[in-house]
Amino acid sequence: MQSWGQEAAQIGSGHALNGQDFVFPSYREHGVALTREVDLVEVLRIFRGLQHGAWDPADHRFHLYTLVIGSHALHATGYAMAMAKDGMVATGDPERDGAVVAYFGDGATSQGDVAEALTFASVYDAPIVFFVQNNQYAISESATRQSRVPIADRGKGVGIPSVRVDGNDVLASHAVTRWALEHARSGQGPVLIEAFTYRRGAHTTSDDPTRYRSKAEEQAWAERDPIARLEAYLTASGELSDDYRAAVDAEAKALCERTRTTVRGWTRADTRGMFDHVYAEPHALVEAERAWFERYERSFTDTEVTR
Amino acid sequence: MTTLDERPSTATASAVPERTTLTMAGAINAGLRAAMERDDKVLLMGEDIGALGGVFRVTDGLHKDFGDERVMDTPLAESGIVGTAIGMAMRGYRPVIEIQFDGFIFPAYDQITTQLAKMHYRSGGLIQLPVVIRVPYAGGIGAIEHHSESPEALFAHTPGLRIISPATPQDGFDMIQQAIASPDPVLFFEPKARYWDKGEVERGRVKAQARRRRRCLRRYGRDVARPGGPRGSRRHARRVRPHRAPRAPGRRGGGGRWHRCGGHRPAVDLPARFRCRGSLGPAHRTGGGGPRGAHVVWCGRRA
Repeated sequence: MQSWGQEAAQIGSGHALNGQDFVFPSYREHGVALTREVDLVEVLRIFRGLQHGAWDPADHRFHLYTLVIGSHALHATGYAMAMAKDGMVATGDPERDGAVVAYFGDGATSQGDVAEALTFASVYDAPIVFFVQNNQYAISESATRQSRVPIADRGKGVGIPSVRVDGNDVLASHAVTRWALEHARSGQGPVLIEAFTYRRGAHTTSDDPTRYRSKAEEQAWAERDPIARLEAYLTASGELSDDYRAAVDAEAKALCERTRTTVRGWTRADTRGMFDHVYAEPHALVEAERAWFERYERSFTDTEVTR
Repeated sequence: MTTLDERPSTATASAVPERTTLTMAGAINAGLRAAMERDDKVLLMGEDIGALGGVFRVTDGLHKDFGDERVMDTPLAESGIVGTAIGMAMRGYRPVIEIQFDGFIFPAYDQITTQLAKMHYRSGGLIQLPVVIRVPYAGGIGAIEHHSESPEALFAHTPGLRIISPATPQDGFDMIQQAIASPDPVLFFEPKARYWDKGEVERGRVKAQARRRRRCLRRYGRDVARPGGPRGSRRHARRVRPHRAPRAPGRRGGGGRWHRCGGHRPAVDLPARFRCRGSLGPAHRTGGGGPRGAHVVWCGRRA
């Protein structure tokens, strides 16, 4: 589950957030997670099936990944409505005013929940920014299968100011998100941003993009790679020193090394954990099933196997 | 830790006198009012629940007294209502949703089963979603399709949800407040044919009932989800026309007692209960092969 190719949209928008803002990611927002100081290695716990949530959303003001496409757009809208109720909007105090950013992709825009989220956000004037990363593909389906009009136009129908930005330009992504957040925090209501970008990698490790897109297309987008573009820009303006470049490379290598070591060290999750936290308060059947399961597990003893 | 049944429901400044006669709808209204007076994080969401007071008038007068911010008429989108309620609950609100009619809950089925029911589990216990979904349900009022359905079994099979249903106005008053106080999501099925039945409603009964319930628990060796005990359950079973509950199997053999866990609480410890009494009978309205009552019988056979 890579975010390769979408770094500018994610890092640029993520750095526009303040401490009061709250993020509802979908499941590819590793770049935004980084800006919210979530340990990227821990994110992999989810994808290894060890845990459904691997960080405290309140600590990072970054909600758990939501895998049912578009469902969280509504949670984000409700959260934003509640922030407005709590007087966290339009006070003029930069330490108090906040907003929500909901991240989702081009595929999610076809979901009813996203359409409903846009409606609710609009009629309740919720302080929320819908940040759509149009990475051109929903697994194998082209964005043209999701919409006949630019996705940015989808917000206009419900009265939400909408803008399309070059999602491979980190500075543009940052600037437009900062503007949109200010719009929302100051009580002017929701904004929709379509960040036009490209998923350079496969959807997941089980995907095979060679089945549905051409090498020529991938090459065309490789030339617009957001990191290469930023590097070229900083080099040309003389702001990228060799020392800094070396430090970034070293940091990246260290992260990769730590990721490999940590993930290889993980063992299977304790199956008994499936009974924890089903309810906030004790539940008789859950406890009965837990007890039954433990008896069942204990029936597979080494003695019986070797006998 | 208190359970769903034991929380006090003593309203301080409620319009309900200590003892009065109310309809079921009026009692639920009074219970909502008491909960809203007690906790300003309690808010109502739904279609036509504001100025109109809901199509069954269960929220009558609440918009006038609590305003737009606490009694929210929503867009006509059930998934949107439940989804935004989840977001508000994440910020400490206690939304009470009205689904206008039972058959209209299904646009929200995804939000209820994949999000509302699972968020506490998904977050490892970090996120509680104290959302109540009120559903006028079941038949008996001569209504059109989708207005007389009993979908409770579908939800009763989803871990993470608590499913309850009041039998009397007193239940309606007490249980809606207990549901709102619960840290778990609760589906509150209101038998709409009973909305205009009158009964005596007393405030502060929940504590006394909790004491009775504990006695009941000792007697039956198990949990009872609905206050009122066996008698209340039998009354509810009788009331849920037209699908009258069959005779309790233990009755014919003598010595058995009719019992039901009250409402449709999911995932109850039925086998243990059945072994304890050996005399459970189904009392549900829902259709198909997997309702609670069917579970009671099935578990009983297994036991």
